[in-house]
Formats: sequence, C-alpha cells, structure tokens
Amino acid sequence: MKILVCISNVPDTTSKINFTDGDTKFDTNGVQFVINPNDEFGLTRAMWFKEKQGATVHIATVGEATVEPTMRKALAIGADEGIRVNVAPTDGYFVAEQLAAVVKNGEYDLVIAGRESIDYNGGMVPGILATMLGMNFVNTCISLEIEGDTATAIREIDGGKETVKTALPLVIGGQKGLVEESDLKIPNMRGIMMARKKALNVVEPVDATKATQDVSFDKPAAKGQVKLVDSVDELVDLLHNEAKVI
Amino acid sequence: MSILVYTESENGKFKKNAFEVASYAKAVADQMGTSVTAISFNASEHENLGAYGVSKVLNVTHDILKTFNAEAYAKVIAQGAEKEGAKVVVVSSSANSKFLAPILAAKLKAGYVPNVVAAPDSTSPFKVKRTAFSNKGFAHTEISTDIKIIGVSNNAFGLKENQADAQVEDFSPELGDGDFSVKSVDIDKVAGKVTIADAEIVVSGGRGMKGPENWGMIEELADVLGAATACSKPVSDMGWRPHGEHVGQTGKPVAANLYVAVGISGAIQHLAGVSASKTKVVINNDPEAPFFKAADYGIVGDAFEVVPKLVEKLKEFKAQNA
Repeated sequence: MKILVCISNVPDTTSKINFTDGDTKFDTNGVQFVINPNDEFGLTRAMWFKEKQGATVHIATVGEATVEPTMRKALAIGADEGIRVNVAPTDGYFVAEQLAAVVKNGEYDLVIAGRESIDYNGGMVPGILATMLGMNFVNTCISLEIEGDTATAIREIDGGKETVKTALPLVIGGQKGLVEESDLKIPNMRGIMMARKKALNVVEPVDATKATQDVSFDKPAAKGQVKLVDSVDELVDLLHNEAKVI
Repeated sequence: MSILVYTESENGKFKKNAFEVASYAKAVADQMGTSVTAISFNASEHENLGAYGVSKVLNVTHDILKTFNAEAYAKVIAQGAEKEGAKVVVVSSSANSKFLAPILAAKLKAGYVPNVVAAPDSTSPFKVKRTAFSNKGFAHTEISTDIKIIGVSNNAFGLKENQADAQVEDFSPELGDGDFSVKSVDIDKVAGKVTIADAEIVVSGGRGMKGPENWGMIEELADVLGAATACSKPVSDMGWRPHGEHVGQTGKPVAANLYVAVGISGAIQHLAGVSASKTKVVINNDPEAPFFKAADYGIVGDAFEVVPKLVEKLKEFKAQNA
C-alpha cells in the first residue's frame, strides 16, 4: 500500500495570534511552527499501517522552503520520503489542486489529510482533492482499518458516530481518534539523523485556481472583567436577569 | 438566479440550523436583490422555512437518500444549483455540511468559505467575515469564483423571521451507483440527547472533576439546563469521556449562548475553542485559573460543593419560571 500524508505547517497551538502590515497578514514573528495536529494523528496512523501491514509512507506539503523543518520532523517520525510543492499555500482550493497533481503522479492508494488545519480552518483540502481525482472520501475520520482494497472507517457525526465501508483509492479527512494522543511519537535521535538523509523532493506548482483571498484580519474584542459571585443564588439571578441566557 | 440554501432535516423535521442558514440566505438575497430557494431531502413541513424568508423549495424525496451520503447529497445540491442558476450556495457548519461542502465546491468549481459569522461585508466583490486561527481571530475573505459557497457558523447569525410563501416543487435528481461508493453500515447516536453543535447551552467538565465516576453531577447540571455535555482535552485524552465531547482547538468548537466550565483551568487552546460562546461561567477552586480572565461570571469554589447547590437552585428556578 502506498500512502500519502498531507502535512500542513501551522502555528503551535499555544501561539498568540497577531496580525501585521495593517492587519492584512498573520504575524509569524516569534511563532513556532509544527505539524498540524489533525495531520499528525493521520501520520501516526500511517506509520501503524507501515509497521503492521506493510506500506510506504510519503508526505507532501504545499509551501516555500520555510516549511522544511516541519517536513523533516514528519520524516523523523518515520515517513519514507517528502514532496514539497514550492509555492505559498494561498487558499484551500489552490492547495487541493496542487496536492491533486502530486497524488496523480504518485498513484497513491490512500491519502490522509487532517480534517482541517488549525490556522485557517478551511477544512476543504481533502474533500476537494478527492472529488477532483474521483477518489472515495471520508471526513472527520476517527478510525480506519484497511483489508485488501476495502476500507472500514468510522466518522464523527454530530452527537455520535457512523461506520462506513468503502474501497481504495481513498482520501481521509482525519483527526484525533485515528490514533490516541498517547500514540503520538516524539522523534528520537536516530529518527532525526535518518530524516536528514531521506529524500525531500521539491516540485514546482501547477496552474491552479485562487478561489478565495483573506484581505484583512481582526481579533475578537477584548473581554470585560469577570464578575465573581459568592453564591449560586446570585449566579442564577445574573444569568436570568443580566445575561438573559436562562 | 437565486440563493440556494441546503436545509438539513432529521426524521423529516427541519433542524434548527436549517432556519439559521435560511435566515442567512435571506440576508444575502436581500443584499443581491434576489430570492431564496431551499433544497431539502425527505423533509416535510416546508411552510416552516417560509417563516425565515424561503420563497421556493426544491423537495427531494428518495428512499436511497434517507441516510446521509456526502457524495450523493453534494451531487443533488449541485444539480439544484445548476437548475436554479444559483450563484451563492449556503450550508451550515454541521458535520454533514462540512463533509459535503468541499465535494460541492469541487463539483461547482466554487470558492468555499466556512465558519462565516456575519452577513456579507459586500457582495461585489463578495466578501465575508469568518473565524480563523481556531477562533483566535477573524478573516475578511473575498471569493472570486463565479459560484460561491458559504458555510455559516453555528449560532452566529441567529434566526431572523421574514415571512415568505414557500412554494414547494418536487425535484428529481439524477443519481447513479457510483455516487454511493461510501456506504453507511451503522449509525451510533444517542436518541434525544442534545448535541454540542445544536446546543444553546453547554456544560463542560475538566480535570478538576477528578475522575469519570464524578460526571453524574455534570450530567445533572446539563439536564436541568437542557444542555449538551462536553469536556476538556485532558479529560478525553485520559479516556474519562468520549472524544466526541472534547471541545477546544483540536476538538469541537462551541458557539453556545451559555458555556459553563467546571474544573477547567482554561488553557489557551480550550479558550480558543469556546470563545465564540456568548456567556461563559467558570466554576473552579483555583482563583488563579486563566479561565477566569476569559469568563463573564465566576465562582471560586469546590465544584463538588458548588455544582450540586447550583443544580438545586436551578430546579427551584425552573419550577418558579415554568
């Protein structure tokens, strides 16, 4: 089985978010970048397939050279090879078209992407990619088993879960549940050394649609001071008469 | 040309988010000088959509579409959009809408913007305000494609009544076997339980609850408030509660009217995920817990004492205000 894991390079979850250039750009100053958490669950599941069922694991990222440290980390976790599409990832549709070209060239059986990136939260790359290539697609996937050409997946739905059956080739929008938090691997020294020697191929972008553009940003209004109360009577009164939520 | 809105239903009845997306579609239609057409699957009581400004309904009735199927539903909605010549398609932020919207985007070659929180800033160019960075910021996003898909954030726009006469027209889409290559084999869902996505009130427990055996009081509090239950990331990581209840940056976002956090310290990732909630209440025995800075109301105290008292008080309150 040949697996492609799509990796997005995102600010660490603890990052404070600021904007610059007249609020038209995300301020990367002092921000640490990591593998998108939803992608990391998928990558770790891909490693499980590699170890237990025999698979090769490839990673792809759309981004300029600055994303390479994050890709090296994914290689240190155990991916075999990396492909970087050498262009800034401007919007979800554009990224999906770039990745579709990578998938087409590589003839992958399984493509795993996070259900969304935690920066722009578009949540559209796996679905657009799958549809462009006519591949099956399961979103918000929390469990994935593959047997031969058959896949059994569980997806999270509002208020529960749904089990679906489908066939390879398949695209997954993954999240926590594909593996548990405790299954995530911190790369060891050997992995980091080996990752330096693994191929990280750079390919040039294809012509693609820029469907959307973030023209400006702003931050939520500052929160007023918390009202501390001493009794539940007072709290219920405030929720009823002041906040009017009960 | 009209605005097409996908109105979700369950067991034939429209969901609350159907009325919210209809309200949103009506606002867009007013800005663009056109009308709203809804598309519904195996639903009845279409007149309820009329109350939110829908003037026409494409009514799809088909046994094979009784269970949601993202590929097939997206194909039907795409055919509906073509039939109506729709330039804007509006969907919700439910798990199902977020599943089908990217498929629909690829089929219609449409730019898709999810998590939209307000009526368009402008319609020419078409620009909308949406959350980004997991609710730590907002982006104003321009869509440049001919057809545009808007995903409306839960509980952000609200319900706006706008009486119209919803004319129902039966719509027979063309579907083939290839549209059902992902097959549903089992749905595991607790009937009658309010979900985090639909809830107006959410009660959430954190590590301060000390163990899964203490969740009874969280559930009681949720019951008396008619709320959904949720939890923080460590709680779901430790297996005290199912993943589906994890709210925060890597879990589910919460945009409730009232969010009650019990024994949750308020890590930045958690605060991001729940920040869209309108009123936040924190119960925590640590006065230094960061969540107090992000809350509207707080009680510094032991959850094991405060929560049972709060449940009693709320029962009294409900009895008086019933």
